[in-house]
Amino acid sequence: MGFTLTFFLYPLSFFNQINMIEKFNKIVSSAVPLPIENVDTDQIIPARFLKAVERKGFGDNLFRDWRYKKDGTPNPDFALNNPKYSGTILVAGKNFGSGSSREHAAWAVYDFGFRVVVSSFFADIFKGNVLNNGLLPVQVSEDFLTGMFEAIDKNPAASFEVDLQSQTIRNVSLSTEYKFDINPYKKECLLKGYDDIDYLLSLKKEIISFETAK
Amino acid sequence: MEATTLFDKIWDAHVVNIIEGGPSVLYIDRHFIHEVTSPVAFSGLEGRGLKVFRPQNTVATPDHNVPTIEQHLPIREELSRKQVETLTANCERHNIPLYGLSHKWHGIVHIIGPELGITQPGMTIVCGDSHTSTHGAFGSIAFGIGTSEVEMVFASQCILQPKPKKMRINVEGTLAKNVTSKDIALYVIAKISTSGGTGHFVEFAGSAIRSLSMEARMTLCNMSIECGARGGMIAPDETTFAYLKGREEAPKGAAWDQKLAEWKKLKTDDGAVFDTEYTYDAADISPMITYGTNPGMGVGVQGSIPTGDDLTGSDRATFLKSLEYMGFKPGEILKGKKIDYVFIGSCTNGRIEDFRLFAEYIKGKKKASWVTAWIVPGSKQVEQQIREEGLVEIMESAGFALRQPGCSACLAMNDDKVPEGKYAVSTSNRNFEGRQGPGARTMLASPLVAAAAAVSGFVSDPRE
Ligand code: SF4
Repeated sequence: MGFTLTFFLYPLSFFNQINMIEKFNKIVSSAVPLPIENVDTDQIIPARFLKAVERKGFGDNLFRDWRYKKDGTPNPDFALNNPKYSGTILVAGKNFGSGSSREHAAWAVYDFGFRVVVSSFFADIFKGNVLNNGLLPVQVSEDFLTGMFEAIDKNPAASFEVDLQSQTIRNVSLSTEYKFDINPYKKECLLKGYDDIDYLLSLKKEIISFETAK
Repeated sequence: MEATTLFDKIWDAHVVNIIEGGPSVLYIDRHFIHEVTSPVAFSGLEGRGLKVFRPQNTVATPDHNVPTIEQHLPIREELSRKQVETLTANCERHNIPLYGLSHKWHGIVHIIGPELGITQPGMTIVCGDSHTSTHGAFGSIAFGIGTSEVEMVFASQCILQPKPKKMRINVEGTLAKNVTSKDIALYVIAKISTSGGTGHFVEFAGSAIRSLSMEARMTLCNMSIECGARGGMIAPDETTFAYLKGREEAPKGAAWDQKLAEWKKLKTDDGAVFDTEYTYDAADISPMITYGTNPGMGVGVQGSIPTGDDLTGSDRATFLKSLEYMGFKPGEILKGKKIDYVFIGSCTNGRIEDFRLFAEYIKGKKKASWVTAWIVPGSKQVEQQIREEGLVEIMESAGFALRQPGCSACLAMNDDKVPEGKYAVSTSNRNFEGRQGPGARTMLASPLVAAAAAVSGFVSDPRE
């Protein structure tokens, strides 16, 4: 299994030719609170709704079993049904997105209209999946998360500012700010709407010579 | 030379490229696909005017949606049928080997890979299913991916992955009788929680692990994802090689000898450093069962549910919400709780050894009259072996019926759904709210604990 590692810098000219996912830059919005921990992908989108063969339409069944009562009518106690909450930011308790690898969970959150998910901890596969779909996962400290829940509790229209370029999220009502982490490559992809597959295709030659050397 | 881990050795040997400040481009040896997470990837690929780059490194089987009775008939549910048909058509168009419903090798993707010898030490393996971690039992790097990544592998046989941190979990000593690798898994997850392994890849080591059969190792690696880890692995050894030898896709003749020599080098060097390490004593592990709505909420079957008194704030609220869903109270004892359903199967416990354990326990006993039991082999080959070994007769005289292979009640995408409010003792891997059907209450356990529950109709200790 002999091979050598080559470090590859992505030529900017290449990026210019492609634009597959929606670009992400800055969002100022109110947020919908979901102060529950360990929300798993079976809650985000139950398995029985995974039967489509295309990417669209999953938003209707986002959090299906919490959002609707047994008789199919909306559960008024659930945040997504509460008219006082709105916005493109979803704020969730720690360890969000654990469980299955179903990308349908990311599609459902996006399709519903969210563009940012905030939590103090994300499950690995879910985090990767949302990034591949133009949704930004913002991981904040427990304290900052609590501050967000408190701000929304006081004023459901409380506004938050998410700036990907500076990697900051601002709780406007508390005037607090948190600098979040994101992989620089993924950041670039989101800012410019780049797509991993085109990048991989540009590596075909390297991949084939890797196979031959294996 | 620097001491390295098993994980590093395999990972580094598959890196085609590293993006500065970004992920690695990792070459994938085997790509398993199924009907639920592949259709969007195929349409994405075709939308770009591409063909699957390495169809011969791809293996397909429909498992998540399929009925577990009357598989010779067309699938009744329209959407399920459409997904299975779409998989068949996509495989035909892209020349991908497909083990469809009528094939003698059909089964759950994580059962058939190993039993056909497709899964081998030192490989990188991915599938659009989180329990791909199962294949790590052979000393491979195997992990679940999302549909966008399935499309990446279709297009280039590579994916972009940041290198995870490394964790080693050692289990030393001897397991007590009637304690299985499922109990090790539930015990470890209860210790480190469902997020304890996040960001890590786990190597299981120690004398208790070494003594496990391949089937038992697969159960353990399968559940590694439930502690939040990307995957789990066990260094290959004589047990691994003996299991693989002679299987359909395993190397033969001189190729076997050459591979064997390579595989024998696959182990963590003495002195290699892990980011996180835990050590447990096998003697402390007893048959386990879960009481809550994530796999970390487990206790010994003789134990009681925690009181939650030490929890505060949202931790406490989450704990109480979970117990409310389950219809349990803090501090309650689980043993003696009446149950309604038993599920033996899934990629966690749907292998021949699991059915042997189950059959051995129920032999000469009778199923509790009020219990509905779904006994679902993981594959056609497992089903055949169950028949050949005479286990079906044992099951039938105890009042159990054998079904046909598939994921079944593990995620209840087919008709095998636990009704709302009912209790199921299940050998699968997830007890999330609604996982086995809307409102279903799942208690995860080993095939033995499930067998004891099926016979008594209550949560029971198989040792009694
Ligand atoms: S048996 Fe369950 S966990 Fe395994 S592949 Fe099927 S659905 Fe996934």
